[in-house]
Amino acid sequence: MSRFFADARLVAAKDLRIEARSRVLLNQVAPFALLVLVLFGFALDADQRTLRAFAPGLFWVAVLFCALLAIQRSVSVEQADGALTGLRLSGMSPAALFVGKASAVFVQLVVLEVLLTAGIIVLYGSEVEQPLLVVATGLLAAVAVACTGTLYGALASGLGVRETLLPILLLPVLAPVLIGATRAFDDALGNAAVDGWAWLGLLAVFAVVATAGGALAHGALVDE
Amino acid sequence: MTETMETTDTTGSRGSRLLGVVTLLGLATLLLFAFALTEPDVRLHPTTGQEIGQFDAVRLLYLHVPLAVFTYVAFVLCAVASAGYLVKRTAWFDTMAYAAAEVGTVFCGLVLVTGSIWGRPVWNTWWEWGDVRLMTTLVLFLMFTGYLALRRATVDPRASARRGAVVALVAVLDLPIVNRSVEWWENRTLHQKSTLGELKIQDLTLFTLMLGFLVFGLVLAWLLLHRFRVGWLEREDAGHGVATAIAERRADIDEGDVDAAVGEGA
Repeated sequence: MSRFFADARLVAAKDLRIEARSRVLLNQVAPFALLVLVLFGFALDADQRTLRAFAPGLFWVAVLFCALLAIQRSVSVEQADGALTGLRLSGMSPAALFVGKASAVFVQLVVLEVLLTAGIIVLYGSEVEQPLLVVATGLLAAVAVACTGTLYGALASGLGVRETLLPILLLPVLAPVLIGATRAFDDALGNAAVDGWAWLGLLAVFAVVATAGGALAHGALVDE
Repeated sequence: MTETMETTDTTGSRGSRLLGVVTLLGLATLLLFAFALTEPDVRLHPTTGQEIGQFDAVRLLYLHVPLAVFTYVAFVLCAVASAGYLVKRTAWFDTMAYAAAEVGTVFCGLVLVTGSIWGRPVWNTWWEWGDVRLMTTLVLFLMFTGYLALRRATVDPRASARRGAVVALVAVLDLPIVNRSVEWWENRTLHQKSTLGELKIQDLTLFTLMLGFLVFGLVLAWLLLHRFRVGWLEREDAGHGVATAIAERRADIDEGDVDAAVGEGA
């Protein structure tokens, strides 16, 4: 079992090191995230009150778009120079590989969420009324998106049409995460009188299922 | 080779032709009952005496409800076959899963379209965002659209089968949510709960609906049969292509190995 987590940590550290050196997240995805927030502002031609009312939904749509980019990146680093073949031959279990890849995506998503939270506070005038709920929602949703995304990234990997295929495969599956996280944020940002903690429960169930299902299914996928 | 061509240039057989004829006759009968013989849904308001009800729009339900039920059947079949493939790794399960997914997606699309057309006069809207069953059905349709896209995009047949099986098993998790949505979110849906068990509906209406179930069951079986055979032939064709290519390459290298190579492929 310790072997499992050591392997997963190795893979996650490898992906994050690649990220730290290439700076794709900081130089490309993070500006894109802020750009999406600005585009929503233009598209809705809205005053701050309207934007503030829609902030939770816009926030999570922006997270999903950015997550697509992060997952594409996570898949593509394994494509170059047959890196995935090397990982498979290392004798590492596919589940450990999955947890490692997903953890790296998770860390990147959390960074993006922090940035986007600052974005909606500054640009849309949102106010965090329940910081604990915001943090819990952000973490659980990031687990759910990272695990589901890593699994679907593996499904679409190695295909010429990966960039276009991944969104249509992944986004419908993430619909419950979008709904649950948005409702929880509605509560946490004081936008609507809903029970955010109940929606957090949905996110928790999704996150657990995505982690377990992804780790199990990954074996069938990388073992090709 | 010519013998194979003669037997495989159609996916029809005596049995499937008979099934096709029965299915088409059944569809014609269903349309006759649904659009001519049954009455429109008109009731009198208990206090004002005004005519209320769904009027002629109710006729669409004879298509909509059976289509929805056999969408479930097709997707469950796809999931079972996908699980079967992951366990047994045989071509039969994979071909069945792909065939069921494709027919199921067509059925699911028709459910959404007939529902939308019906909803315009009855609910006064083409689309109701608050309706949980509508949303979950749309998500189901989109997930299986993704499944079909994945299957088409993956060239390696074994990778396509494995990846497809995983996607199908995830997508089918939405099915119980679609089915139970009217019970779980009673106030978040315009769909009525199932009333079949209570037999509230009038006699001819009930008969037509039952006929609808029978006929669309036949439609599903018929389409599935042919789609399965097409899938099977595609697989065989790909196999033949590979075997032929191998044989040709061997012939280039060594004339003596041709017989052995063709023997393996056949």
